[in-house]
Amino acid sequence: MTHAPDGTILSAAGIQKRFGALVVLDDIDFAMGADEAVGIVGPNGAGKTTLLSVLSGAYPPSAGTIAFKGDDVTALPATQRCRLGLVRTHQVPKPFGGMTAFENVFVAASHGAGLGRDEAYEEALGSLKLCGMLGVANRRAETLGLLDRKRLELARALAARPTLLLLDEIGGGLTDGEAGELVETIRELRHRKISIVWIEHIVHILLQVAERLICMDAGKIIADGEPQAVMADPQVISAYLGGGPK
Amino acid sequence: MSVSAVIERGTAASRAAGIGIAAIVVLLAVAPQFLSAGMVDRMTALFIYVILAAMWNALAGFGGLVSVGQQLFFGLGAYFAIRLANAGLNPFVSLFVSAIVVGAVSWPISLFMLRLKNGEFAIGMWVIAALTHLLVNLDRLIQGETGTSLISLNVYDASTRRLTIYWLALASMTALLAILFGLLRGSTGAAIRAIRDNEDAAASVGVRVTGTKRLLFVLAAFGIGVAGALWLATAITFQPKTYFNVQWTAYMIFMVLVGGIGTFEGAILGALLFFLIETWFGGTGVWYLIGLGATALVFSLFLPRGLWGTLEERFGWRLLSVGYRVRLPADEATGGAALPANTTTHREKA
Repeated sequence: MTHAPDGTILSAAGIQKRFGALVVLDDIDFAMGADEAVGIVGPNGAGKTTLLSVLSGAYPPSAGTIAFKGDDVTALPATQRCRLGLVRTHQVPKPFGGMTAFENVFVAASHGAGLGRDEAYEEALGSLKLCGMLGVANRRAETLGLLDRKRLELARALAARPTLLLLDEIGGGLTDGEAGELVETIRELRHRKISIVWIEHIVHILLQVAERLICMDAGKIIADGEPQAVMADPQVISAYLGGGPK
Repeated sequence: MSVSAVIERGTAASRAAGIGIAAIVVLLAVAPQFLSAGMVDRMTALFIYVILAAMWNALAGFGGLVSVGQQLFFGLGAYFAIRLANAGLNPFVSLFVSAIVVGAVSWPISLFMLRLKNGEFAIGMWVIAALTHLLVNLDRLIQGETGTSLISLNVYDASTRRLTIYWLALASMTALLAILFGLLRGSTGAAIRAIRDNEDAAASVGVRVTGTKRLLFVLAAFGIGVAGALWLATAITFQPKTYFNVQWTAYMIFMVLVGGIGTFEGAILGALLFFLIETWFGGTGVWYLIGLGATALVFSLFLPRGLWGTLEERFGWRLLSVGYRVRLPADEATGGAALPANTTTHREKA
């Protein structure tokens, strides 16, 4: 890949994902460096979330290999990949509804990051604070609204101490003000040297963080490179305007 | 990004409860001195009910593994005790070796049962229990449904036997509750609850889903095996259909739902309530069962969180809580994006 500088953290080669006869990912090659923040855009049904699920280990690819920090992780389940530092968030938040916000995050700190009790407390509190969730730390997650659930999703992933964070539409459904706060939080993650792959429909938010943009359509990568160039790419324009949402 | 907050695990009430529980256990240990023989037997039954309720609650209320086949382990606990005693092992020792065997047997069962989800798991467990019941019937020693007895207990005179079983049941209950509480209160307990609430999300934040479920499944099997073996010791006779009866699981569900599913105190309270209902109304035959059913119905309609769950929510009572509470210094709580109004509300709930 042209855009994979030295110090590649994640590389995926020849990734295919089929659900029965439906081909959702069609021969995806993707690599990124440890210092990158990559945005992924594309019309609905392009396969963005599926790609994230395959990269995070939620389900195995039908073909292809995935390497994380130089090791082949294709056969590893999500639990193991998380412990190696490859952590995702979910497009539709999946909180542990019967547990408090703090407990949600504590689980990630103690199991994902493998921290002892006191360190896990500190990590969990730090993640909650970074995501502006300290005030609702004792609330059961099922009682939280959408914005707090999204923040919790991010805080929980952070508490697992990722080196590469896969964000799936973390900004969807937020107001501009809320999205602005989110951008600030994610910029802070960049300062902490966490690499990021971020799927987002709201492109102007994405471009405040992403230095590289990938556009997917119909299970393929149709453009990859410097954000402005990708947005100006005729194929990208046609995927959005010509082809319309699928 | 250091946050100066305190993580509270207990409250003043829960520390007092700890002392109270220790006192109750001591009182119970000397109680047979003052109780009639019949009451000693009834109390032994209560201890067994508490074990059953606590184990089913751990499995379903904390782990989300709703099983209607836990009579499998109850029956096996009794059956293996018969077998071991028949092989010449001391009958009292047999009770506990039997439970260990039950735990060991539950391991391979977990390999395929834990692949099933929700309703499939619940009914699948019932199927395994029914199958095992039939297999046990094939054992010549058991003589089909005629059954057999733990004959070797007869070498002890009735009062020694009664007292020994009472103390064994009390010790087993105390130890099992302590083990369960320790497990559920630790980071494994947090993982168990996370799996209950969302298995995929738990895996995505590094929780070992299958291994954690297996640990809980085997522990619950062991505990219910202890209960089955103790029940055999009090009843002496073993008829497979009595032990492998689904009513045992129905009782467990009743105790946990009425007491408060997913709360440690709830299962104990539910067992106590069930015990009282049985003591007062057990003699009324069919009406007793109708009463049990009606009580369960009323609770699921009007108090779905059970007695303790409702009290906990309304008054913030926490005696044997496995949860975590964050107590923030005033400036942290009001800073950032946090809403102070919310924090106050939770304080009251906590």
